[in-house]
Amino acid sequence: MAIIKTQDLTYIYGEGTPFRKVAVDNVDLEIEQGEMVGIIGHTGSGKSTLIQHFNGLMKPTKGEVYIDGEKLWDDKAKLRPVRFKVGLVFQYPEYQLFEETCYKDIAFGPKNMGLDNKEIDKRIKETARMVGLTPDLLDKSPFELSGGQKRRVAIAGVMAMEPKVLILDEPASGLDPKGREQILGLIKEYHQEKKNTVLIVSHSMEDIAKNVSKILVMNKAKLYCYDDTVKVFHRAAELEEMGLAVPQITRVFNRLKSMGIKIDDDVYTTKYAKELLLKMLKGK
Amino acid sequence: MIKDITIGQYFPGTSPVHRIDARAKILLTIAFIVMLFIADDIRGLCVGLAFTFITFIISRIPLKMMWKSLKTILVILIITSLLNLFFVHTGEPVFEWKFIKITDNGIQTAVFMVVRIACLIIGTSLLTYTTSPIDLTDAIERLLSPLKKIKVPVHELAMMMTIALRFIPTLIEETDKIMSAQKARGADMETGSIIKRAKALIPVLIPLFVSSFRHAEELALAMECRCYHGGEGRTRMKQLHLKLIDLWGTIYLAVFMAAVIVINHIW
Amino acid sequence: MSYIHIKGLEFSYINEAEEPPVKNTVLKGIDLDIEKGEFVAVLGHNGSGKSTLAKCINAINLPEKGEVMVDGLDTIREENLLPIRKRVGMVFQNPDNQIVATIVEEDVAFALENLGVEPGEIRRRVDEALKTVGMYEYRMHAPHKLSGGQKQRVAIAGIIAMQPDCIVLDEPTAMLDPHGRNEVMKTIKMLNKEQGVTIVLITHYMEEAAQAERVVVIDGGEKIMDNVPQKVFSQVDVMRNLGLDVPQVTEIADFLKKQGYDISDEIITEDECVQALYGLLKGKQE
Repeated sequence: MAIIKTQDLTYIYGEGTPFRKVAVDNVDLEIEQGEMVGIIGHTGSGKSTLIQHFNGLMKPTKGEVYIDGEKLWDDKAKLRPVRFKVGLVFQYPEYQLFEETCYKDIAFGPKNMGLDNKEIDKRIKETARMVGLTPDLLDKSPFELSGGQKRRVAIAGVMAMEPKVLILDEPASGLDPKGREQILGLIKEYHQEKKNTVLIVSHSMEDIAKNVSKILVMNKAKLYCYDDTVKVFHRAAELEEMGLAVPQITRVFNRLKSMGIKIDDDVYTTKYAKELLLKMLKGK
Repeated sequence: MIKDITIGQYFPGTSPVHRIDARAKILLTIAFIVMLFIADDIRGLCVGLAFTFITFIISRIPLKMMWKSLKTILVILIITSLLNLFFVHTGEPVFEWKFIKITDNGIQTAVFMVVRIACLIIGTSLLTYTTSPIDLTDAIERLLSPLKKIKVPVHELAMMMTIALRFIPTLIEETDKIMSAQKARGADMETGSIIKRAKALIPVLIPLFVSSFRHAEELALAMECRCYHGGEGRTRMKQLHLKLIDLWGTIYLAVFMAAVIVINHIW
Repeated sequence: MSYIHIKGLEFSYINEAEEPPVKNTVLKGIDLDIEKGEFVAVLGHNGSGKSTLAKCINAINLPEKGEVMVDGLDTIREENLLPIRKRVGMVFQNPDNQIVATIVEEDVAFALENLGVEPGEIRRRVDEALKTVGMYEYRMHAPHKLSGGQKQRVAIAGIIAMQPDCIVLDEPTAMLDPHGRNEVMKTIKMLNKEQGVTIVLITHYMEEAAQAERVVVIDGGEKIMDNVPQKVFSQVDVMRNLGLDVPQVTEIADFLKKQGYDISDEIITEDECVQALYGLLKGKQE
């Protein structure tokens, strides 16, 4: 069964004013349990609005959202439990930290769930390990930490709610290459360990290509496609037309193809490019 | 929801009221207030009322805004009228019951005071409806600039106002974002007692404070890099010039003012 | 002497909150000379000291040891402050935190007003600066309604209105989407090529550094490399160890070279890579 399902999902900003804007337009979508999905699209393509529907932060103007088979917005009392089921990490999540210590900050979500102290403690220690925060950092004020560490604390705060779906909006933005890699690495590990559904919104095609198995493309408020990573990058030309940058390596291989070199496959990571090149250069 | 707050409630436009220089408009508004206060009976006040209405129509601001600006002081209006109604005891009694005594003078004063306050509010809000906040700040700075001589930091105050105006939308946006983020962590800001709700705001207020400080620090640095060193030796790109329309505005108000004086004080 | 001359520059932050105060030396003896009209990228990971270095150039940070000279003016002398800031403009990472006014053109005028330029001249220079960055039609807009890339272009306009010789940009694209990054990079390159403005671009995006004429790599407060981008990025392993990236095409070329194939390791653009791979594969497939 699909963990996230939308039917005809439409969201309109400022209905009835001159600023009316359709942000999400008739999206029908089914995301299976356990997937690792990359969400791509322009700024203003509707991706941020879309993900805020998945945990009931936004109410559809039209259409339905089902989480784990349950219809959202049927019963307002059910909304809060949904927020625990679908954890949403916003862009620059470190700006939401507020407690005196990292420990307390990570505890905020679990506490709101009404868990007992023992369970909260267990979860904090586990998520701290998962995001690579050493125990001594937990007692420090989050405002004393470096940018990358703050971000880990913020992500841990959502992970500690043990949501069935974890959604991250640009989790690596503003970090340097090493920081990016570390954050994306820990998300990947989380996915492998927990087997939970993970959705990552990102502008960086390189990051997406390396980490996800499926890609959801939003374009002009509409769902453009939702498919396996390979199949989406197979349509690289269409993505570029939309103004989305495909990985540099994909462009290189596509240009080689158009110059008459025979390449059997689509290339979107350097790792695969290396393998393929070796095979092509060694063979025959 | 929080995005609905309008600041300064400026309605861009090109009406004659909009085009009057902001400095002139402030001075004229002050003159208008004076006019309302030298009108000391209902006839004089009618002139003031007429002025308010005609100016509002000239400005082409939606008339419902008139009501909107009054709504905020409705309570004051009601209290004023009741006080006058019950406590003015001069003149002929119109109604008497036990200790309550309402006189014709009481009714007159009540109506008079309500109309005066209403005119006052509508007229002054017209100033903010037709003048952009930045023009207003500029005008205040220039009008107050003689005070620099007695060491009042006029420029600094105006700069603070400008920056506040600049950052209000940014901070509102930020508040929205932080609220969403905390709600996503299960924060409940909509239910419970007042104390519980106030407590629920802490996770929003602290990050907001922290980010305001960050904004301030970075902005100060950026301003320094752009050679900001206080008001001394500073010039302005936009020079305010008094134009013909300012003269017309003054004449227009002067006519009404004269009418009030003639009706109330000479006649 | 070079336009910007940095010699033996040392700088520390002192954390007064700790007891006793902790001294954190961020720059440990940097030598750097930048000529007029150059386009230099300063590359380094977060905390490498690159931003601190940038702030030393226009006298926001003053050297603890060593010297920083701009156009022959020593940053340590108080009376040089305004002349230096007039010559070296600075653009920061967060576009929201450097726009002062509530209208675009008012903001661009800000520096000129501070410098006491005559109003007619301000008007002329503001219009010109806005046209240069392609934001003229937005001159009456409120800044908070613009996109990130547009805001940064307004910030750049506010700097070029001062007609500086040099602009230091401290991670100007870190908070922007790819489209905004392109806008800003195009503007920077245009300023350098067409108006001869010296550009110092602080960044951790290697795609951006690759567009410069010269790349300076900073790590742990020291200058590690200073060379043309081809030479810098060809050191794939060194860069990786510094926590930095190299372009994907450089990585591929480096890999093939190490496998013993005849390919240049100074490939940094897509075109160069396509040409090189075409040469290799064409022979194989015929």
